[in-house]
Amino acid sequence: MKRLLAPLLFAACLPAWGQSAEIANADPKVEARLKAIAHELRCLVCQNQTIADSDAPLAVDLRQQTRKMIAEGKSDDEIRSYMVDRYGDFVLYKPPFNAATAVLWVGPPLLIVGGLAGLFVMLRRRRAATQEGAAPLDEKRRREIEALLAADSDPKS
Amino acid sequence: MKALKYIIPLAIFAALCVFLAIGLTKDPRKVPSPFIDKPAPAFAIAKLHEPEAKFSPADMKGKVWLLNVWASWCVSCRVEHPVLNDMNRRGLVPIVGLNYKDQRADATKWLKQHGDPYLFSVWDFDGKVGIDYGVYGAPETFVIDKQGIIRYKHIGPISPDDVQKIFLPLLAKLNA
Repeated sequence: MKRLLAPLLFAACLPAWGQSAEIANADPKVEARLKAIAHELRCLVCQNQTIADSDAPLAVDLRQQTRKMIAEGKSDDEIRSYMVDRYGDFVLYKPPFNAATAVLWVGPPLLIVGGLAGLFVMLRRRRAATQEGAAPLDEKRRREIEALLAADSDPKS
Repeated sequence: MKALKYIIPLAIFAALCVFLAIGLTKDPRKVPSPFIDKPAPAFAIAKLHEPEAKFSPADMKGKVWLLNVWASWCVSCRVEHPVLNDMNRRGLVPIVGLNYKDQRADATKWLKQHGDPYLFSVWDFDGKVGIDYGVYGAPETFVIDKQGIIRYKHIGPISPDDVQKIFLPLLAKLNA
């Protein structure tokens, strides 16, 4: 019974899907372009897959639509904007740079530059502090240190 | 000045927490629709019950109406259906059904079983109209105003609470 449980649970997770038919284009060039575009487009049903990877009916339909548009001689940009017009920027895996996505694009480089600058300043300060703090040894201190080190390395003590 | 060293990382951490906390309250399945405040895309497809009669959104000009995407295979549509039936009984707004990627026989049988709240349904058997409306998961509901502009898109089943809090105020505003 326990061995059956995992596949049963898995089957229960499969959503009910509408029917879709996928027919590959006879021209391998069309299929190659489809593959390239489909890898840039998000499947909105299963959000972390591209429409190239997904088997959801919507992904199949969108692949079919892309095939049709390629066959009609549409450019990649025209196909991308067709998808964005309908599903929004979210459909693109590489979102465009605009007011809403500025933080997304600029944030990480800004954090890296800021972090490196902070690190640089801190290291310079630390080095300056150690150089200033280390006064040259006078003869008396040097002897004391040598005596201590000698005592330390003496195995009998 | 010394305190700044501790305050800055703390402030950055706090800002990050705020962003993440806001993120937690949002439903990732609700993708903002690019259609809001844009004209409803035109189409002309056959009605579900009258295959010879075609419907196009322009036919509803001058009325505030709902376009509700449904299918007999859609489980959440069953959850939503009593709410639509109730909206129809109360005569709140004309609802046009977009029967999405369905078999005609299955769809008509389903309506007989669960009640038909629609003015009529149109039959989008291959999902082409669905793609033009950016549909990615039924049920979805579009609120379209008198000028044929989409004013709101509801993703997922409409709950009785949504009717009170979202639909009633919006319909009153659009009908004013």
